[in-house]
Amino acid sequence: MLSVYQVYLLPGNSVYCGSTISPSQIPLYTKCILRLKVILIFYSLQGRTLILKDIKSHESLSLVCITQLERRMADAGNKESAPIGGDEFTNTELENNKNNTMVEEGSTLLRRMEISVAEAEKRTGKNTVNMQEIFTVYLIETRPIDAITEGHNPAPDSLWRRYSEFEILRNYLLVTYPFIVVPPLPEKRAEFVWHKLSADNMDPDFVERRRVGLENFLLRVASHSVLSNDKILYHFLTEEHRWKEVVYETGFQAKADSRIKALSATFRVKNPDKRFTEMKHYSDELQSLTSQLLRVRARVADRLYGVYKVHGNYGRVFSEWSALEKEMGDGLQSAGHHMDAYAASVDDMLEEEEHYADQLKEYLFYAEALRAVCRKHELTQYELETASSDLISKKQQREELATGMVRTFSFKGMTNKLFGQETPEQREAKLSLLEEQIVQGEETVTEKTVECEEYVKGAWVDMQRFKEQKDRDLREALIGYAVMQISMCKKGIQVWTNAKECFHKM
Amino acid sequence: MSRTIDAVVSPTQTNTIPADISGQMLDLDEDDDLEVFSKDLTLADGNMFNASMPTSPGSMVNQCKFEEDEESDSKDIFITVDNPESHVTAIETFITYRVLTKTTRSEFDNSEYEVRRRYQDFLWLKGKLEDAHSTLIVHPLPEKFVVKGMVERFNGDFIETRRKALHKFLNRIADHPILSCSEDFKVFLSAQAWELTTYKKQGPGFLSRMGETVRAVANSVRGVKNRPEEFTAIQEYVEDFSNKIGSLDKVTQRIVKEQKEYLEELKEYGPTYTLWSGSEEELAEQLKGVAGCIERCCKETEEQVGHLSDTLVPVLHEYVLCAETLKAVLRRRDNIQAEFEAKNEALATKKVDRDAESSDLGFVWGSLLGKNPEEARHQRQERLDGEIEELKEEIDKLEDRVEWANNALKGDWGRWQRSMRGDLKSAFLSTAEKNVDYYEKYFIFIHTQITVSL
Repeated sequence: MLSVYQVYLLPGNSVYCGSTISPSQIPLYTKCILRLKVILIFYSLQGRTLILKDIKSHESLSLVCITQLERRMADAGNKESAPIGGDEFTNTELENNKNNTMVEEGSTLLRRMEISVAEAEKRTGKNTVNMQEIFTVYLIETRPIDAITEGHNPAPDSLWRRYSEFEILRNYLLVTYPFIVVPPLPEKRAEFVWHKLSADNMDPDFVERRRVGLENFLLRVASHSVLSNDKILYHFLTEEHRWKEVVYETGFQAKADSRIKALSATFRVKNPDKRFTEMKHYSDELQSLTSQLLRVRARVADRLYGVYKVHGNYGRVFSEWSALEKEMGDGLQSAGHHMDAYAASVDDMLEEEEHYADQLKEYLFYAEALRAVCRKHELTQYELETASSDLISKKQQREELATGMVRTFSFKGMTNKLFGQETPEQREAKLSLLEEQIVQGEETVTEKTVECEEYVKGAWVDMQRFKEQKDRDLREALIGYAVMQISMCKKGIQVWTNAKECFHKM
Repeated sequence: MSRTIDAVVSPTQTNTIPADISGQMLDLDEDDDLEVFSKDLTLADGNMFNASMPTSPGSMVNQCKFEEDEESDSKDIFITVDNPESHVTAIETFITYRVLTKTTRSEFDNSEYEVRRRYQDFLWLKGKLEDAHSTLIVHPLPEKFVVKGMVERFNGDFIETRRKALHKFLNRIADHPILSCSEDFKVFLSAQAWELTTYKKQGPGFLSRMGETVRAVANSVRGVKNRPEEFTAIQEYVEDFSNKIGSLDKVTQRIVKEQKEYLEELKEYGPTYTLWSGSEEELAEQLKGVAGCIERCCKETEEQVGHLSDTLVPVLHEYVLCAETLKAVLRRRDNIQAEFEAKNEALATKKVDRDAESSDLGFVWGSLLGKNPEEARHQRQERLDGEIEELKEEIDKLEDRVEWANNALKGDWGRWQRSMRGDLKSAFLSTAEKNVDYYEKYFIFIHTQITVSL
């Protein structure tokens, strides 16, 4: 019987599975795998070995190495027995999994190298205006996969990076691969906070969530078929000190500045690719819809927090009251404890929900990246159109000059009529200049046409990839959210059933 | 086994409320059931008033809720309060409630009575019962007009809450072995409106009631000197209980408030998913699925808040009022004892007086009036003796009174504690059950959603 296991990663590198629901559809089973991946990515990849245990019997279901797991999922037709669920994992499911994983086709960095953002630390230093500041640095650890599979357990290479360096890396990628929907970084400042969450960037919970987000960013980039091959990315992961020089040497900064200008410029494109226009429209909607959702969710979380916490007062008053009563005393006292437990349970629940919010936030920021890709298309198309219309007007001018016929009104034509025509020599000079310009113009148009076509091709492929990834990830997130709600219900049922027992004893 | 009726009648509308009497604002302090209707009347929303009760005893028994109670006397009197109606006269507007009584008790001439009473009448009954049995615990009446709840006063919820409380009030009295035998109670249940008015006019007049009040104040100022230990213990308990129940009342109201605010946000939350589903293809179904879950959560939360407001909040509030009643009862008991002590002191003083040597002053007066000292002293002795005898008689009566008061209170105290436990236990139980139900229903819904659309 197929079951979906809800998986929790616990300290000590063990994972507990509890069976939640048992649908009979295979896709749901693969959801489990995805959920596993998502949880791992969000919580950490610190445990290299994953032990899956049945939550009731505590039997070990299997031992599996995470990287092996990823590779298996990516390989097609792999005949080795599956890591999760034992015999239930068949080849067809592996095939399905292959389509469903985050690991991309082609050779990607993630296949060769294990990457994680393991820790965060505070540092002090001087900033650009020579003032003391406190900032957080994150430890990036890498290990070659070959070494692990061979049975060695080498210590990882590591280096420290701060958030601003990640920003530089991302800006470089944006500029270098404008046709790719580049994965976003976790938010710079805490947004969509509700009262219990801190808006302070130094808050440990915020730092922890940011660490997870940065790791997620690296994993996404390192598993992208195009981005993962970038040398600068490799340097970012392996060279602590020289990296900044290297990246600035590429001259991306200048391109980054002009890119920003281009993104906000207004111009009219006559024939944009309809698909891109639709995508751009979609990206705008995605942005506004997710941000509205996140805003309201934060308010709901705030209110729910309030409801639970007020019940803590019951705990206190019941306890005090129980001291007054003889017969009701015991019942009241224990009911009070359950009320305290109820009030305390909301903290964990809402923390888990923050991870869900982070998953949505990622796609809020992704929407921006998607929009940028569409805009870049419009820009290249516009340049092409401008070049084309320039060429046409130059050709027209040549024709007029050659035949003496004035098709359209021109200042030159008027002055000619008024002040007399130019000399034949002058006309020759103009004609040859025009010819040169036309040749150049034709080259430009050809170039731009190719550029445009290639861009459209590459961008369309990546946008499709992005769409599939988005559908998978968000579906996963939504299911996770429903599962969270179920968990909340179970806890609620338990607490109030216990409280009921206590009231009976009153 | 004693039973309490909770007659819940499905409400239907009775069209007796005039739409606009805003010109007849009267001083609300004087008459508490004057209902002043403004143009923004929200009363006419179909669900406010109760329909007529089915009147066969059989159907009434079906509506009894059987409580596990230690009292062994079988119930022979059934009372319901329902059908609020508003009455308009030239001078005022007020609400009356129908009081339906069915009984087999011999002191009643008929077995069934149907009368209409207003809040004022209930107040009168309470006052009479407290006067006659000052140390018995009379269940509290719902409060008078609460200034804070200005808006609520004019809507159906307020009237319904009050009706329920009045119903409970009468039934508690009916359950009480002593109070239910009161003549005032009998008249309240059986007399027609004009008969009641006449009856009310009898009894101790204004002046004698004033005199009693003055005495009570004097006694309370004097204070009681030798309160028996057990009553001190009861008083301490009542103080603490009053604090605790007041806190619980506040906490519960706060929970209701927070739940309502949560509900408001939830109502906005679900639609954000629905809106998003409009822009998606693959994800549309899942998004709508989540929206559906949130909508269901809204529905369940609304029900739960309603249940809390209907079940737990009124009971806690009732016991807040009970605590005040208890404090008053203890005070009255103290006053009775204080009066007794005061008379005892007076007696002691008189005795000292009598046994003392005649003072020179008395001797002098006596001689001035032409009496000889012997005679004067003798007369004085006789007079004092007489007064002492009178005092002794009064003291005997007061002693009886104190003993009776103490016993009554002790007996009622046990009763009250039992019903308090019963009431609060069942209210909290019901709340816990509803909460379990809330989570269970929502759980099942999400469960099916996951397998269907997610």
